[in-house]
Amino acid sequence: MIKHTKPSAFYDTFERKGPGQKTTHYCPGCGHGTVHKLIAEAIDEMGIKDQVIFCAPVGCTTLMYFYFDTGNMQCPHGRAPAVATGISRTLDDSIVISYQGDGDLAGIGMSEIVHAANRGEKLTVFFVNNAIYGMTGGQMAPTTLIGQESKTTPFGRDPIRDGMPIRMSELINTLEAPVFVERCSLGTAAGVLKTRKAVKKALMNQKNKKGFSFVEILSPCPINWKMDAIQSRKWLIENLEKFYEVKNFRDKDTSIKGQGRLPFLSDDELLKVLDVTADTSSDDDNNRVDIGEHKVKIAGFGGQGIMSVGVLLANCAKNAGFNSTWLPSYGAEMRGGTAYASVVMSNDIIGTPVVDTPDVLIAMNSPSLDAFENSVTKGGTIIVNSSIVSRKVTRTDVNTYYVPATAMANELGLTATAAVIILAFYAKALGIFGVDILKAVVPISIKNKKYIEANLRAITAGEMFFDDYKK
Amino acid sequence: MAKNYIKLDGTVCKGCRVCVEACPKQCIVIGSDINKMGYQYAKFENPGCIGCGICFYVCPEPGTITVIKEEEDKK
Repeated sequence: MIKHTKPSAFYDTFERKGPGQKTTHYCPGCGHGTVHKLIAEAIDEMGIKDQVIFCAPVGCTTLMYFYFDTGNMQCPHGRAPAVATGISRTLDDSIVISYQGDGDLAGIGMSEIVHAANRGEKLTVFFVNNAIYGMTGGQMAPTTLIGQESKTTPFGRDPIRDGMPIRMSELINTLEAPVFVERCSLGTAAGVLKTRKAVKKALMNQKNKKGFSFVEILSPCPINWKMDAIQSRKWLIENLEKFYEVKNFRDKDTSIKGQGRLPFLSDDELLKVLDVTADTSSDDDNNRVDIGEHKVKIAGFGGQGIMSVGVLLANCAKNAGFNSTWLPSYGAEMRGGTAYASVVMSNDIIGTPVVDTPDVLIAMNSPSLDAFENSVTKGGTIIVNSSIVSRKVTRTDVNTYYVPATAMANELGLTATAAVIILAFYAKALGIFGVDILKAVVPISIKNKKYIEANLRAITAGEMFFDDYKK
Repeated sequence: MAKNYIKLDGTVCKGCRVCVEACPKQCIVIGSDINKMGYQYAKFENPGCIGCGICFYVCPEPGTITVIKEEEDKK
């Protein structure tokens, strides 16, 4: 009877290019093939082939999707634990394996592995440590031993020049969340059999939804160590195992405790959490004016309410049935710096929220008029806050209005409503949406509810000013 | 005596000798033939195989070794 044969978690034929459709691409004597076989066998024994998703690293094992008849995901360098986190959290019943090398995990991916372990993600990480960058041709890795020669340490790794080798299992073991941390070695047959147990245990932990398991496997890289398969295993035992202690660091039943996944929120609850009001606008095309794409730039000092008025305008446009965008732009200062808001409204889908050539410019101060006067489209409109801007618009091919908004706002008792007065004036002058919409949106758009009343008064003032302006 | 043996697929063996060194009964040798990949591949030679499976586990090639172990008489 067949006692051991190629596990069925492997494909029968490895459909990669080049010769040898039945063999892996690994060098003779490489440890990866052995680790693959141990994992595949465990998958077979546990009957989880349809649940397993491999997250492959960058390195020699990049091509592992040629071998495993499971789910496979090829991850950016070092990011396998991050990708695996996403999969594990999305697919509850998946068994996610992050298979990484030492350059990938302990070098570029140090942050990802530490944080995934710290969060206690339901993952199984197989960390194949051969103390060198294999695929790229034998450069020093974070785990390269002191004195070990590599392409980039031709005189041997030096602690001062190159730092000390990093013991990843010990490092992971300092964290609270992981349930299983073990270092194994492929140096001897006994070591391989112990690795087999650790591999199975680590997968079992995930099947039982215990948490994060980490298995470090010391593995030979005969080619880059410049040895044959037998010498490399001997060297592994005499050197790697001396520095990296082979043992079980942790094997516990429970991980960290907490609330876990966020509760499911209905649309209404979600809007409440986000503090926004549902879109009440109608999608009825017949009620809308055809405006094509209408671009507005509101510019002034920070603190003049430029941004809030921009949001207000965009919300009005949305309520009137248009698509709209709002794009703020301001200096680093909270008050007094330059600031402008770009608002685009359209009957159609909006390609960009950036406004280079506005149809309407609302200039709340002199620098704004100086900066943007010439960018207004021909036949466009410029509305000037004449309380602050003393000069007149020099262009003759645009419609110009002068509104002493700041003075009017001061009379109403709230200087910050100057821009709202101009917005009401704008609504009347352009006729894209009615002042009634503006009045309806103000209570929703203004964050601080005690100013709603003042803003409504400002709208009335702007409306009345326009009626007088026409006479 | 139980008849245990291994099937060793020479066409996929890379001749790394790991199984040769690991076999407790010295049942495996490196032959003189060369396969299509250019490796002098391993061969199952000597009797005395106990079907322990060590060669299977240490071998880095997933498809090379199959271990067949005779079921013991339950008398």
